[in-house]
Amino acid sequence: MQLVLEKRAERSGTIALVSPLIAVGLTIVTMVILFAILGKNPLLALHAYFIAPLTDGYSLQEIAVKATPLVMIAIGLSLCYLANAWNIGAEGQFLIGAVAGSWIAVRTQGTDAGAWVLPAMLVLAAAAGALYALIPAICKVKFGASEILTSLMLVYVADLFLDYLVRGPWRDPHGFNFPTTAEFDPVATVPLLIEGGRLHLGAIIALLVVAAAAILLGRTIKGFEIRVVGAAPRAARFGGFKADHLVILTFAVSGALAGLAGIIEVAGPVGHLQPGISPGYGFTAIIVAFLGRLNPLGILVAGLFLALTFIGGEQAQIAMKIPLDVTKVFQGILLFYVLACDSLILYRFRLVFPNRQVARGTR
Amino acid sequence: MQAHQRMFDSTPEGLNSGESPLLRTIGLTKRYGDFLANDSIDIDIWPGQIHALLGENGAGKSTLVKAIYGLIQPSAGEIYWLGERIVLSGPSEARSRGIGMVFQHFSLFDNLTVAENVALGLDGRESFNDMSARLAQVSKTYGLPLDPRREVWQLSVGERQRIEIVRALMQDPKFLILDEPTAVLTPQESDQLFIVLERLKSEGRAILYISHKLEEVKRLCDTATILRGGRKVETCDPRRETAASLARMMVGGEIKEVKAAAGRTTTVPRLVVNDLSLAPGEAHGVRLAHISFELKGGEILGIAGVAGNGQDELFAALSGERLSKDPGTVVIEGIAAGHLSITQRRKLGAAFVPEERLGHGTAPRMKLSENALLTGHAASGMVHRGFIDTAATLKTVDRATETFDVRKAKRDPEAASLSGGNLQKFIVGREILRNPAVLVVSQPTWGVDAGAAAVIRQALLDLATAGAAVLVTSQDLDELAEIADRIAVMFHGRLSAPLAASEATREKLGLLMGGSMLEPKEAAHAVGA
Repeated sequence: MQLVLEKRAERSGTIALVSPLIAVGLTIVTMVILFAILGKNPLLALHAYFIAPLTDGYSLQEIAVKATPLVMIAIGLSLCYLANAWNIGAEGQFLIGAVAGSWIAVRTQGTDAGAWVLPAMLVLAAAAGALYALIPAICKVKFGASEILTSLMLVYVADLFLDYLVRGPWRDPHGFNFPTTAEFDPVATVPLLIEGGRLHLGAIIALLVVAAAAILLGRTIKGFEIRVVGAAPRAARFGGFKADHLVILTFAVSGALAGLAGIIEVAGPVGHLQPGISPGYGFTAIIVAFLGRLNPLGILVAGLFLALTFIGGEQAQIAMKIPLDVTKVFQGILLFYVLACDSLILYRFRLVFPNRQVARGTR
Repeated sequence: MQAHQRMFDSTPEGLNSGESPLLRTIGLTKRYGDFLANDSIDIDIWPGQIHALLGENGAGKSTLVKAIYGLIQPSAGEIYWLGERIVLSGPSEARSRGIGMVFQHFSLFDNLTVAENVALGLDGRESFNDMSARLAQVSKTYGLPLDPRREVWQLSVGERQRIEIVRALMQDPKFLILDEPTAVLTPQESDQLFIVLERLKSEGRAILYISHKLEEVKRLCDTATILRGGRKVETCDPRRETAASLARMMVGGEIKEVKAAAGRTTTVPRLVVNDLSLAPGEAHGVRLAHISFELKGGEILGIAGVAGNGQDELFAALSGERLSKDPGTVVIEGIAAGHLSITQRRKLGAAFVPEERLGHGTAPRMKLSENALLTGHAASGMVHRGFIDTAATLKTVDRATETFDVRKAKRDPEAASLSGGNLQKFIVGREILRNPAVLVVSQPTWGVDAGAAAVIRQALLDLATAGAAVLVTSQDLDELAEIADRIAVMFHGRLSAPLAASEATREKLGLLMGGSMLEPKEAAHAVGA
């Protein structure tokens, strides 16, 4: 008896839906083993991670707040990945967006600037994110440089640039020397959706982005171009679509969305620019994109799920002294299983019994 | 070894004579999922015989020889070699036992020399110099001239095949498998190959000769085994059959004859190529040189030639996948289009069918409706203000399905799930339904079953009758003879002057395919340049 992996005639629609769930299941099994090795009660740990955050209103809002940047970034990344353009640097585009938007907030601080400030911050952040993402895109198209490397390296450039600004020119003079800008003025702050709560306008923007991406990919010729260029490059060229143009376009869009997420995070939940505004949103969004199967609605669900792991990880740390890094381990294992389970869409397992068949063949 | 040879006496079939077959399979079965590529195939290969293996694409010929050569493990059944049951661990064991194979697709390194390529295929126990000497000797003995020091990329397809044959012969095989060896050869090169095969046969070696060229098989082979749908249909003596009776066994029925409408008239020039020259896009690609022809409405121009003589490059230049600096080199419907993109050329009324169905003509993992959109988005009312009209794309699928008898499991499956013939009918149908003024099609029936091939050739003829200009590139001379009005030959990136189909004999075309009749013209160009 042997187990063979064989190709399906057509991709399985059922498995395409189920495979992320299988991946989540396998991840949880692995985590149970990991918790046991750490000497923690696995059931209590799973409860702290996945159930407790869903039981109170504050945590639910917090999940939506964390999911907002994840979903926005992941939607942009999914466009890149569908078009076979590998943007790994969303974290950097997020930070540059935050910096560019904050520039307006810092310059208008204490003035009587009107309601134009926040919209201007959003636009500038998106533009800056897009421009920053265009650096690896243009290097790829013009010089054939690997966008994976260049986009990743630019993350560190952005990180250090932000660090320089808040320790130097933009440091709050009344901030006791902490590396941070002053609190943004109300006109430079993303409005809350619930008075006294945490949920802010960014959540609505994220939903609009999901809807726009669903229409783009499902209904428009541009979305079709993106999908063909990634799925069958030679056929795409035969169809008259230019892969280079789409590398530029998808990088620009995903950079803009990451930049927008960056300024919304700074002008929303954080309220000022400081180092460490992102717990790795730009990288976690890669997992969100794949867990959501590069599908906008899938990404929405996956974004909420990974936000849950962030909140659950904090709760598990407080309640059970489980290190916060376990959350990152969890996310890494999840990505591993998601990619592994994807092969089940095109292949299936089958048990074969060669001996019996030989017996039949020779009578 | 001797003791093992007696083993056959105990098998149910036994042996009718004292000698045993070199190789025998009993109930050989290969299963891929639910699909039986080979279903209980029994075959006997005798020494000193050329045994033809006939069948349409997908009949299971390749699967059978791969199992015999140890490339795949059969799911069930037995293989006996010299009377001994063997389970081959891989091709190297097959080779060490005396089974050689020459593949249809060569496995040669372009940047290495002939001798280096041969050395890579051997076990490396002898020194390179000894091996080179033996290579020269084998190639001389069998009349397969080769210069061991030349790099492969400089060689013609026929010469490359010689390397593969010599490489196989250097292991002194008792049994040689050849997979469609003449598919890439000119008629004259084929004749030379047959002389070599006759000689190998006279030395007592066995040959398994895969082909679907029936006249060739009748001429050359002693025995023929015919496969259809993974099963053995018949083993017969091809010399006692007619080409038609062999074809019936392969196809399992009569093949519809393709008929040209009487009184086809040619009209205005719809596709004109003026002195088109283009540097190769990739290393070792072919440089197109001074190609000119004029194709009128109502006319089918065939382009013959051995693969790799610039046909792919010409297709790319005509389709607009590669652009030319000079707009006047390609004129579509009277408009200079050399600099226009493939989409703009489609808008002028041109349509294109590339050789490769999956990955070039279609995106394999996308639905047929999306693949209809792939070439229809520019000019077929499938897109309104950037939004896709899904109903329109599905309608194209339905119309192609109906008009060209495309068989599929559901209304709108993925392209990759269709059989080669049905997918090709869809692709050709997709383009013809756009009512093109010019259709450029490359290898329209390559790897397609006989029924689908007839449908496609008829469709091309009907399109020409309706007034379109049709350019067909094909390696199949019979196909061109059947549908083309004029035939030109590509060689080394140049195109011969077209011959009227009535004058284009196999001999003439064969000489052009070998480049011989082009020499004076080439010289003239050199003087002119």
